Amino acid sequence: MIKVKHLSKIYRNDSVETVALDDVSFEVSQGEFVAIMGPSGSGKSTLMHILGALDTSTAGSYFLDGEDVSKLNDDELADIRNKKIGFVFQAYNLLPRTTALKNVMVPMSYGGIPKEERLKKAKEYLRMVGLEDRMDHTSNQLSGGQQQRVAIARALTMNPKIILADEPTGNLATVQGLEIMEIFKKLNKEGHTIVMITHELNIAKFAKRIITLRDGKIAEDRKN
Amino acid sequence: MELKELFLESLGTLTLNKMRTGLATLGIIIGIGSVITLISLGQASQKSVQNQIQSLGSNLLTVMPGAQRSGNVRSATGTITSLTYDDAKAIASSAQITTVKNVSPEFSRRAQVVAGRNNTNTQIIGVTPAYAEVRKVSVSSGSFITQRDVDAVDKVAVLGPQVVIDLFGKGASPLGQSIRISSQSFRIVGVTTSKGGSGFQNQDDMIFVPLTTAQKIIFGATNISSISIEAKSAEVMTQAQDQIGYFLLARHRLDDPSLADFSILSQNDILSTASSVTSTFTALLSGIAAISLIVGGIGIMNIMLVTVTERTREIGLRKALGAKKKVITYQFLLESIILTGAGGILGMVFGVLASLIIAHFIGLPFAISPSSIGLAIGVSGIIGILFGWYPANKAANLQPIEALRYE
Repeated sequence: MIKVKHLSKIYRNDSVETVALDDVSFEVSQGEFVAIMGPSGSGKSTLMHILGALDTSTAGSYFLDGEDVSKLNDDELADIRNKKIGFVFQAYNLLPRTTALKNVMVPMSYGGIPKEERLKKAKEYLRMVGLEDRMDHTSNQLSGGQQQRVAIARALTMNPKIILADEPTGNLATVQGLEIMEIFKKLNKEGHTIVMITHELNIAKFAKRIITLRDGKIAEDRKN
Repeated sequence: MELKELFLESLGTLTLNKMRTGLATLGIIIGIGSVITLISLGQASQKSVQNQIQSLGSNLLTVMPGAQRSGNVRSATGTITSLTYDDAKAIASSAQITTVKNVSPEFSRRAQVVAGRNNTNTQIIGVTPAYAEVRKVSVSSGSFITQRDVDAVDKVAVLGPQVVIDLFGKGASPLGQSIRISSQSFRIVGVTTSKGGSGFQNQDDMIFVPLTTAQKIIFGATNISSISIEAKSAEVMTQAQDQIGYFLLARHRLDDPSLADFSILSQNDILSTASSVTSTFTALLSGIAAISLIVGGIGIMNIMLVTVTERTREIGLRKALGAKKKVITYQFLLESIILTGAGGILGMVFGVLASLIIAHFIGLPFAISPSSIGLAIGVSGIIGILFGWYPANKAANLQPIEALRYE
């Protein structure tokens, strides 16, 4: 599903070069649940951005579902993000003052799904994350845990190849965080491929495989 | 994403911040409103001037004295006393001039007029009976100046209705009473019908006396101020102008037309001069109003830039969720077009109302052309695109991670 080969990312700021990723190679197959761990500055966020087609690498190649993402232009990347990747962010990133239902429909509207189908799917996914009675609440009327569940519903609507979660429990209390992890576990059981960034070990435990980064390199890659 | 959907979404975003949206739109409302008001007032005053000039008579040619050159020095028109009553008589009786219907020599000057305890300063105009024909003047009571009055140098006067009101009060019948013009007593023999004119050369505010009386008794002059000539038809106006010109040149013993001590104005000349003056003014005023429109456009751009900065995270998120550049550009462009479009429509309503009210109060005919409405909507749309383009592009070119990280 994901095939990363000799991936490097170097940030140039004036004359200072910062190596964020240094010759990283790994593969993720269909149905895996991978946690990427590492201290801050280890390059895990950079890796996440590249895997999410939000950023491009300096060197190396990245194949997602057989397509070489490193060779695509801005609009093609947007298409990849829309159709193949489902994002779950640490800060939920819902549209402010917009209802849960409308938030969930955003990716589908960019993906050209007809309106009736959008509404049907959005309701279906909101029900799945247990928010059927909160559909018409705007994002500021929802708790953090509820907002993150809206975000998960939003990530699922386009039936993506992988779900990318960036510290999905980072802003949540422990109990709510565990609830969110249960949802991920369930999704993985249903066959979804999940790549999650976290620096909390008890959250990483939910994954089947843990990749640890240090100084831009893979320090450890083990089954859980 | 369909355009209709984007439109509804932009509309939704704009209604979230009503105060800001309202203020941004206000700039365009004022800009479009003042452009429309000034254009329509300009057109109205142009129409009004045309009506006034046409009400002075039809197929009218005016011979004015002066504009004589000596060497390169050209004197001001009207300062030369080169036209006489005899010139007018000669034009009227000449066999060479075939295109002229009526010839009205005139002598006009302002003077103080006294009636009992009232007095006024008004235009005294010495005329012959032909004046009534040429200038389409009729009397509502009594009679106009007759040839007999002119020949006998009678001290009789025909008053315009405004003069009657000024000297005798509203509704008074001054026939047979007397007024004093420059210490001479005049018997009132007629009152003219109101023409309802206003502004320059108000024909209701004049006193008509026999031409000879004006020259010899009131002002002590031998010349006349102008000759109004009615041509036989509109088609022969140019021909009449030529015939009179050559006739007068010969009569004044001038070989070179450039040395002419008179000038002949046709009504069309006056009309086009007046029109060009009013349209210049209209253009000038509209230009000033257009500046406020540009300022309004810059206001829109400013608001859109603030909006883009404020919504950087939202833009980043939308891009992360698969929005292409084009969609983001359209979204922000639509917002600014909606702002200016709404401003344009409201400004148009405001402009039409304002010009209706102003036209009503200063007594101009109300004129609004469909072209100025099209202009308002077109211009505001263009301003929306022009000033929205840069902010929209800025939004579309944001890098999704930078935008997502933005706090």
